[in-house]
Amino acid sequence: MILAFDWTQLAQQIVIGLASGGVWATLAVALVLIYRSTGVINFAQGEMAMFSTFIAWSLVNHGFSYWAAFVLTVAISFAGGVAVERAVIRPVERAPVLTVVIVTLGLFFVVNGAARWIWSPETRSLPNAFSTRPISVAGVAFSISDLGTIAVSLAAVALLWAFFRFTKLGLASRAAAVNPDASRLVGVRVTWMLALGWGLAAAMGAVSGMLTAPALASFDQNLMQPVLLYAFAGAVLGGIDSPLGAVVGSLLLGVLINLIGTYVNWVGTDLRLPVALAVILGVLLVRPAGLFGRPMETRV
Amino acid sequence: MAKALLELEDVTARYGPVSALHGISLRVDEGEAVAVLGANGAGKTTTLRAISGTVKRSGGIAFAGRSIVRRSPESVARAGIAHVPEGRGTLTDLTVAENLRLGAYTRRDRAGVREDEQRVLGYFPRLAERRSQRAGTLSGGEQQMLALARALMLRPRLLLLDEPSLGLAPLVVAEIFRIVRELNERDGLAVLVVEQNAALALDASARAYVLEVGRVAVEGDSARLREDVAVRRSYLGY
Repeated sequence: MILAFDWTQLAQQIVIGLASGGVWATLAVALVLIYRSTGVINFAQGEMAMFSTFIAWSLVNHGFSYWAAFVLTVAISFAGGVAVERAVIRPVERAPVLTVVIVTLGLFFVVNGAARWIWSPETRSLPNAFSTRPISVAGVAFSISDLGTIAVSLAAVALLWAFFRFTKLGLASRAAAVNPDASRLVGVRVTWMLALGWGLAAAMGAVSGMLTAPALASFDQNLMQPVLLYAFAGAVLGGIDSPLGAVVGSLLLGVLINLIGTYVNWVGTDLRLPVALAVILGVLLVRPAGLFGRPMETRV
Repeated sequence: MAKALLELEDVTARYGPVSALHGISLRVDEGEAVAVLGANGAGKTTTLRAISGTVKRSGGIAFAGRSIVRRSPESVARAGIAHVPEGRGTLTDLTVAENLRLGAYTRRDRAGVREDEQRVLGYFPRLAERRSQRAGTLSGGEQQMLALARALMLRPRLLLLDEPSLGLAPLVVAEIFRIVRELNERDGLAVLVVEQNAALALDASARAYVLEVGRVAVEGDSARLREDVAVRRSYLGY
């Protein structure tokens, strides 16, 4: 029985899982970014990503190549994220958490409605980001598209990490998120750091949306809703306050869901999400802060 | 007469509806060390917070000849006032080195920043040993040193110190005050220090103000206040 096991299939399924997980990871990182700075889950993150994807679609429709549209959309989304923070979140900056949550819920409907109004609710499609040919690695055939998706998502996450880790601005925004009062005292403009966080989150969301859409035959304004759920699950699994956790959590979740769907026959496609969520629940029962999340610690 | 660096005139401050300062006037001259003393709740911390803009305040606050009473905390910091708050305000998630880099956030002179980092770590060798450690793992005394070091990285013209001795062992406190005095006497850094420990603060300052429920009750030369038995008995409790 063991001898008959198809290792090729396992490797292929893992890569497919990593590709979905990578896409979720970019959105999950956006959720973590907002959670760390604003203290809430941004329910509109997926819709903002969808809006970005429609911008990309418009650009492609106006003759831009996919990758030119990709870069341009990331930049536009960054500006859009900053604008959303200034216009919508800043007025409730000092409000209770629940108020901010309601505002992000409202934002969900506003962004979704705006996208329907601008781009009428019909289905559309984006060209393939990568070649559709398979590629053979060590005798196993993988899809270039999956490998490319993994590479782009991880590159986006790595760039973001490098920004926070190595730049002064990144350092200041990390500080502002964790300890706004002390950051002000060294001259950090904390409210602008929040806006910067929203801009970066929107940019990451745009990457996620633009990697999600081409893989589908067609998409509409509900494009990112399932992705948001998976990203949220991945972020919680990894620890909602940990960017690294969000990436690892999402990748694990992607592989897990795909393997369960492939190898556990009675689960099939329909039960993938519930089973995955059950696994997450199991993890959280043992580690409430998630895999990489830190429980609150202080030293007096 | 020396030039006034900081001048407070009839400053009031409130936390929501609760008034905490009822018209404080004080001054710190260029290069001068000044202490603010008084019992718990006298308004010492609030005085510093009014200067740095972390509490709602009104009245006259001039720094280097310019009014800063309407400025945000970040803008006050950029003007050259470094506030080491009560509870130190170290960023526990960041490493020691990152805390120092953050202290120099507003500065553009990279070479000067690197130079200052070496100088500051020279003051606090223990921080140099723990450069890549998270600040949250430091002892209380080391965190206070880090807070002070980070404030110096701003290259401030005025240092506001809130209860640097709080909760620390006497040896550590002595070390911190020795460095503060050195900064003041050798580098000419102006210091406004708030302290419960009156004897310590009077030793480290040239002049002092004693606050009582949000007002200045007594002011004068530290040396004179130290010898004044009546002041010591009624306000300083030693």
